[in-house]
Amino acid sequence: MRYEAPSREEDAVALLAGQSGAHVLAGGTDLLVKLRSEMIEPGLIVDIKRIAGMREIVPEAGGWRIGAGVSGAEMGEHEGLRADWPGVVEAAGLIGSTQIQGRATIAGNLCNASPAADSVPAMVAAGAMVRIVGPKGVREMPVIEVPQGPGKTALEPGEFVASVFLPPRAPRSGDCYLRFIPRSEMDIAVVGCGLWLALDDADRVTSARVVLGAVGPKVIEVAEAADALIGRGLDDAALGDLAAACSKAATPMDDKRGTVDFRRHVSGVLARRAAGIAAKRAKGETA
Amino acid sequence: MSQIHVTTQINGDATEFLCDPGETLMDVLRDRLGLTGTKEGCGTGDCGACTVAVDGRLVCSCLMLGAEAEGRDVATIEGMASGDQLHPLQQKFIEMAALQCGICTPGILVAAKSLLERNPDPTEEEVRYWLAGNLCRCTGYDKIIRAVLETAADMRRAS
Amino acid sequence: MALDDTKKTRDFKVIGTRPDRPDGIDKVTGRARFGADMVLPGMLTGRVLRSPHAHARIRSIDTSKAEALSGVKAVVTRADFDAVPDDMADILDNCMAGEKALYDGHAVAAVAATSAAVARRALKLIEVDCEVLPHVTDVDAAMEADAPVLHDGRQQETVPEGMSQNVIARSEFGHGDVEAGLAKADRVVARTFRTAATHQGYIEPHACVATMSSDGQGDLWVCTQGHYMVRNTCAAILGLEQGQLRVTASEIGGGFGGKTAVFLEPVALMLARKSGRPVKMVMSRSEVLRASGPTSSTSIDVRIGMTKGGRITAGMAELRYQGGAWPGSPVDMGAMSAFAPYDLENVKTIGWDVVTNRPKAAAYRAPGAPMAAFAVESTIDELARGFGLDPLEVRLMNGADEGTKASYGPTYPAIGLKATLEAAKAHPHWTAPLGENQGRGVACGFWFNFGGDTCVSLNITPDGTVTVSEGNPDIGGSRASMTMMAAEELGIPYDQVRTIIADTGSLGQNEVTDGSRVTFAVGLATIEAARAAKREMCRRAAMVWGIDEDAVDWEDGAARPAGPNAGKFPPMTLKEIAAIASNTGGPIAGHHEVNAEGAGVSFATHMVDVELDRETGSTKILRYTVLQDAGKAVHPSYVEGQFQGGAVQGIGWALNEEYIYGKDGVLQNPGFLDYRIPVASDLPMIDTVILEIPNPGHPYGVRGVGETSIVPPLAAIANAVSQAAGVRMTDLPLSPPKVLSALRGNAGA
Repeated sequence: MRYEAPSREEDAVALLAGQSGAHVLAGGTDLLVKLRSEMIEPGLIVDIKRIAGMREIVPEAGGWRIGAGVSGAEMGEHEGLRADWPGVVEAAGLIGSTQIQGRATIAGNLCNASPAADSVPAMVAAGAMVRIVGPKGVREMPVIEVPQGPGKTALEPGEFVASVFLPPRAPRSGDCYLRFIPRSEMDIAVVGCGLWLALDDADRVTSARVVLGAVGPKVIEVAEAADALIGRGLDDAALGDLAAACSKAATPMDDKRGTVDFRRHVSGVLARRAAGIAAKRAKGETA
Repeated sequence: MSQIHVTTQINGDATEFLCDPGETLMDVLRDRLGLTGTKEGCGTGDCGACTVAVDGRLVCSCLMLGAEAEGRDVATIEGMASGDQLHPLQQKFIEMAALQCGICTPGILVAAKSLLERNPDPTEEEVRYWLAGNLCRCTGYDKIIRAVLETAADMRRAS
Repeated sequence: MALDDTKKTRDFKVIGTRPDRPDGIDKVTGRARFGADMVLPGMLTGRVLRSPHAHARIRSIDTSKAEALSGVKAVVTRADFDAVPDDMADILDNCMAGEKALYDGHAVAAVAATSAAVARRALKLIEVDCEVLPHVTDVDAAMEADAPVLHDGRQQETVPEGMSQNVIARSEFGHGDVEAGLAKADRVVARTFRTAATHQGYIEPHACVATMSSDGQGDLWVCTQGHYMVRNTCAAILGLEQGQLRVTASEIGGGFGGKTAVFLEPVALMLARKSGRPVKMVMSRSEVLRASGPTSSTSIDVRIGMTKGGRITAGMAELRYQGGAWPGSPVDMGAMSAFAPYDLENVKTIGWDVVTNRPKAAAYRAPGAPMAAFAVESTIDELARGFGLDPLEVRLMNGADEGTKASYGPTYPAIGLKATLEAAKAHPHWTAPLGENQGRGVACGFWFNFGGDTCVSLNITPDGTVTVSEGNPDIGGSRASMTMMAAEELGIPYDQVRTIIADTGSLGQNEVTDGSRVTFAVGLATIEAARAAKREMCRRAAMVWGIDEDAVDWEDGAARPAGPNAGKFPPMTLKEIAAIASNTGGPIAGHHEVNAEGAGVSFATHMVDVELDRETGSTKILRYTVLQDAGKAVHPSYVEGQFQGGAVQGIGWALNEEYIYGKDGVLQNPGFLDYRIPVASDLPMIDTVILEIPNPGHPYGVRGVGETSIVPPLAAIANAVSQAAGVRMTDLPLSPPKVLSALRGNAGA
């Protein structure tokens, strides 16, 4: 096995394209677990953190561009990002412990393609895009199109995610991510829910995205759940319809972390709670 | 498989080592540099016994390659005391019986020190969440949390 | 050994204080050397090949390709081991599979190589030809007549004919007439309870470094709760003489009973013997969970009758414990302890020891007792609440006292159960208001406490400081306790004594660190060793003074004439006597060897408040109080630590921890990610109340305190959750899906 830490994107692409089975190393918190347990035995590891811009959060077109090497802890310490997309930041902040936060990245969380990835539902709810660089150049892709199933992504050989773009936050809108885990920390999500919504002056929802994690082979955007909110205030009836739509859309399985019934039910519970928090944020109340 | 030459700083000392590309920082510290205060409890980032600070940020050294330490500044438990002068957290952990078997203690001390550097006046809840990635099976955490809170109070009074 | 006559009036100077532990600085600076921290010149890395199958017949193992790999210095399979004595057969079989692999993770071969990477590659080159057999991992399923059978011919005569061969033994305890007693009850509750297997979860994986020479001499460095046990077991398995194998205990990163068995050690010695080089072996976390010694999963039927006034008329429990792939689950201790806190006329317990395709159970803190207490204490709670009675009052009314004939046989001397219940009643926790969706549970717990073979050697140095050698690894402050007891007895300051853990060449036989025995038994031996040294020092003083040695007393660290008739001499301090030791007959020491008896049983009452999230089934522990009898707390901080640690392990057992096996018999959660032990943010502070009802069997009144604290939490939490949920919870762990399902069933949703 070789380890390379190129300083230019094109060198990283050349390395990745030049060897099949090469793996990208960003935060390494998933990659090294797989490496040590011999789930993977790559011939080459390409550490992208020394490439210019990979460890930066920069304003861009009213939104934020987050380099693929930026850790969850760095996102949590970024006031501008926290103010605009608290749901994405809290989702990133839920990935593992303080120590994991020192390394784990949202780009890595996305490319690891675990159905239970915390940051992915939040990014999809935020309408995030990724910038992918590869042998054929640069392309942009909505986050939701990246995961293709457990461990599978839409990336072509030689490609890697260089950054995540969070768009400008619309006025009177807010986001939130909630997950259910058995303990208070250190678990993988049993259910995750990312939710973004915008309100009009009468606090009726004008637009929303509701996204579930850990209840299907990949993240699920639930259009029916968003429809259940749009045009309505967040009253019990609307929230009940939201929850029902989420429970219905969830396609979970029974495993060591939870049962089908539990996950379906909790999908609705989390969506309802997340909607309440996102609405407060949209109104500028602290939540 | 050729080895990688790494130049780094460990506990303030310029250090060079050779490592295999797939070797973790924890393996390098323990097996190549003799810094066995960093412990392996799980190898998957779930227990925190291998906690070190890299460029001032906590990481699980089992989840970082040794090669990634090139040019970085690594702080381990061995660098926490100054000579024979214990760090106040180390002193308080002994005084308050905040350890039983002691295997998780190095990781917890490194993590707690980092917390107090960022937040000299943490709440109990903040200490508990900051240390959630450091498993301790002996103490039930009670005396650990108290020791961190008391050290923080002492350090605030002293400054 | 009787409690000191002076005890009741004794004014301790060191006992009961909270000095810094002597190994503290090593442990906060990273200097302390644990199992994996040892390095020897020329050391090889050993690794184990483990069965991916729950049950398989091994037809053949071809190691030739592995042996041919560059850097491989030895490969070991069962064929390398000779036949062993009967009492070692199961142990060897667990360390290295014979005809069959009996559980997922069972060792089938091992290699020693020049690096971990080479060892890993070598394991992949070992070819195992095996026939996969049907398996069974559930205790009730294993008892079915048509269950896959692990062993033939192991069933004991106590088991009725016609039962599965997996049922190894039946035991029975109790007295009186249970059916007649139940007939007198106003209400009888009968329920079945289940608990999942849990693991001790020590943070330090098993590790050792072995050296073995062709002349039969060996050295072993190992993290263990009992290096004498390791010596004796390894010597028997490898055909060595015990005196030729020296075992040194490393610092130990937690054990809780899980390090009272051997796993890697005989294999490491065999690899060292074959390779002629030191071999280090360290388990990964997944190996620890798959292939060390978790506790039993259980299935327990309970029937208890109570009058509406709260008097228990009879109690009956039938306990089924699977202990993994070999006989020896802790079901007897469960059956003996189930009703131990109560004074009952009619009581009976039956225990069934069952084998399954799981790793062999090892001890886990009060082995067997927490599950039994969960079943019995839950049933008592249901009866008490059903009659609208105060659950503490019901326990006081039925509680055991001095003179009670225990359900497992003996009659109790002075015990502390009622003191813990009275303390619970008086504690502000008991009367604090509860909020919405909150519940409060209480439960009692019991543990026997052990004594056993113990040696202590205490030496006076020429400058008059004191060294104590003991043979039990310091798993949580015992160096401090021994130092304190030696200082107390000698009347010298704590810092004038240093205690070390001696290797197996330095002391006689020592029982493992188990059964909460160390502070009691090693403490007792330390005190007796100090007394022997005092006698010798008095003799030396008498010699110098020219008076009879009976005319010399020891007080406050000095020899003194016993009374005015003995003569007028200024006291001779320990240091003064030490300084002239060479001229008065030579070095001064005291030692004591004993099979310690009189450990003194231990009781606790726990109280817990929980809050349920009714929409997710999640349980939060809001408040927790432990009230336990310590006999005499030697170092109160470490006594509190034992109370707190046991309570939190119990919280994990009650809420989240479980061994999850797939249909294929493979462990699904062999890591700290999904084997979910409590993290700091899950918990509140754990309040403690130390009661001190002196143990008549120890000179200072000490009782073991380590284990009782894990016995009540399962029931206390289940009682609290049941109250908050309005549904009786009988199946541990109380994971959110289970609680939510109960809540929704109850709400008709």
